[in-house]
Amino acid sequence: MKRFLAFVKKEFLHIFRDIRTLIIIFGIPVAQILIFGFVVRTDIKNAGVAIMDLSQDDVSRKLTDKIISSGFFLNTGYLSNYTEIETEFRKGNTRAVLIFGKDFGRNLTREGKAVMSIIADGSDPNAATLITNYTMAIVRDFNIDIAGPALSGSGVIVPEVKMFYNPNLQSHFTFVPGVITLILILICALMTSVTISREKEFGTMEVLLVSPLRPVQIILGKVTPYFLLSFINVILILLLSWIVFDLPVKGSLVLLLAETMLYILMSLSLGILISTISDTMQQAIFISFLGLMLPTIILSGFIFPIENMHQVYNLVSMIVPPRYFIVIIKNIMIKGTGLMFVWKETLILLLMTIFFISVSIRKFRLRLE
Amino acid sequence: MKIIDSWRIGKKYGEVQALDDLTFSVNESEIFGFIGPDGAGKTTLFRIITTLLLPDEGKMRVLGVDVVRGFKELRRKTGYMPGRFSLYNDLTVQENLEFYATVFGTTVKENYDLIADIYSHIEPFRKRLAGKLSGGMKQKLALSCALIHKPSLLVLDEPTTGIDAVSRSEFWDLLGKLRKHRITVVVSTPYMDEAMRCDRVALIQNGKILSVDEPDKIRQGFSRKLFTIRSADKYSLITAVRKYPGTLTAYPFGETVHITFSGDLYDDSLFRYLEGMGIKDAVISEAEAGIEDRFLELMEKGATA
Repeated sequence: MKRFLAFVKKEFLHIFRDIRTLIIIFGIPVAQILIFGFVVRTDIKNAGVAIMDLSQDDVSRKLTDKIISSGFFLNTGYLSNYTEIETEFRKGNTRAVLIFGKDFGRNLTREGKAVMSIIADGSDPNAATLITNYTMAIVRDFNIDIAGPALSGSGVIVPEVKMFYNPNLQSHFTFVPGVITLILILICALMTSVTISREKEFGTMEVLLVSPLRPVQIILGKVTPYFLLSFINVILILLLSWIVFDLPVKGSLVLLLAETMLYILMSLSLGILISTISDTMQQAIFISFLGLMLPTIILSGFIFPIENMHQVYNLVSMIVPPRYFIVIIKNIMIKGTGLMFVWKETLILLLMTIFFISVSIRKFRLRLE
Repeated sequence: MKIIDSWRIGKKYGEVQALDDLTFSVNESEIFGFIGPDGAGKTTLFRIITTLLLPDEGKMRVLGVDVVRGFKELRRKTGYMPGRFSLYNDLTVQENLEFYATVFGTTVKENYDLIADIYSHIEPFRKRLAGKLSGGMKQKLALSCALIHKPSLLVLDEPTTGIDAVSRSEFWDLLGKLRKHRITVVVSTPYMDEAMRCDRVALIQNGKILSVDEPDKIRQGFSRKLFTIRSADKYSLITAVRKYPGTLTAYPFGETVHITFSGDLYDDSLFRYLEGMGIKDAVISEAEAGIEDRFLELMEKGATA
């Protein structure tokens, strides 16, 4: 135990004395969250909106006035034809087009219901969500206004939202789970594989092997500091996203942290596995980036939805562990679901962890060849 | 009991025979040196002794324990200093020493008397990062780390390579002091002058042991009469004497050339020959063979055999 603790202490000294390691561990997550926080504004001001009023009646004009005068939007022009919508978006100033169909006012009074369309530029999903949400809030408000005096007599305007360019409209909230998934696999796998291969490169591994330290002690000694630091990291990211984005964990925090620990363990064992097949730090970094970073970004569903992938990529993504963790963490953080809904993914991660650990302990060489 | 008992050890890397049929033994408390050029197989042999590599052929017992089956036991009893000093450059002198002490299940205090002679040189810098030490100081720290658990056998792979002459000499003085602690030292070096400081040496080349003996006896094994010849223009001299028909061998040796003749004799024809080549200031005298001369002779024999 004393040996093990001395080893862990040594690892902490390595980490705290190397400014680059510290930047990777704490700088990158904080920077990512803050950059996202800056880019993703939660309020809008003077967003460009074009109006296409095919009805030109009293109600449509009143609603247009109410929307434009709210202060959130700026009228960028009037359209008269559906074909003009795309050209209008291409100009770049217009973020959304509000469409009142023919006989808008008449439908409202005759049938008690009228449909208006909001077409938003989905290439900036965050702005698009905000604009449609704001517009819908104003329409709701307007509904109460017209319903007020006449009581339930008149009618309801139903806003219908459509997205241009990005019909799925990924919510900006999903980046926090994505960042956690990416950061954890980066720190855990990359850093552990680099630190073990560093011992090989500097020749200190020779002496560690000759020492009475057992392989399990060496591996755990390498893993423990990164496990603790990664865990602190997750809490840091959750706190930051809560403060900056007002994004609380909807589900059980305990469950989330437990799942995160499992994922950290999986990433660490993957890192050890990488180190057993690489003799230099260069190799370890190369394998980590190519073998982990890219699949995590591309194949995990972090950026590109898995459902939209080609079947081959979909199959490949099955063996990419972050794919499962993203499902778990999104479910717990955003949807607020419990273990019942993610037990399958949890089980897969657990099996992967056991597989990686047993392979890496078996592959950890007691000798130099 | 022999500290190391090696019987017909062989090791191959692919097609290359790194070690070939090595049989030798090392006695208790002696300083046993392996002398040979780079690539002779010294590091491979040391890694087999320290259980880091498995031999392909033969058997070896270290401290009475088989190196293949008893590796766990041996790893507690041997101290090893690899060719590159295995220190953590981002830890201080003291942290390095304490780390190795704890890992080997001891404390710095417990065995301080053992390393006192060595460590006292670097103790004033104990707060300095190991990476910022000079070569000589790094070497002393690495030695202290390898010794801190009081190993019965200390294996040093080229501990003096790249170190200045003063530090080298100091280092050998320190090794000599380990005898009183009954620690056996196995050391390799490419420097011939260091061979004389060992109790026994093995000359090794191309994975084969050419000779094992006390350095003086190896030296005396030189079979011919050796002469040393000098001239202001050493380069012309050596090319000239190598062309002289009576010359057997001629090797540069510091400022002079060591030379042997067939029949162990030379006559005036040598000087006439040299004068004909434009060398008029050649001075020749009989010399005592050094270990390097014997080594070169053995290598020559090995090459023609």
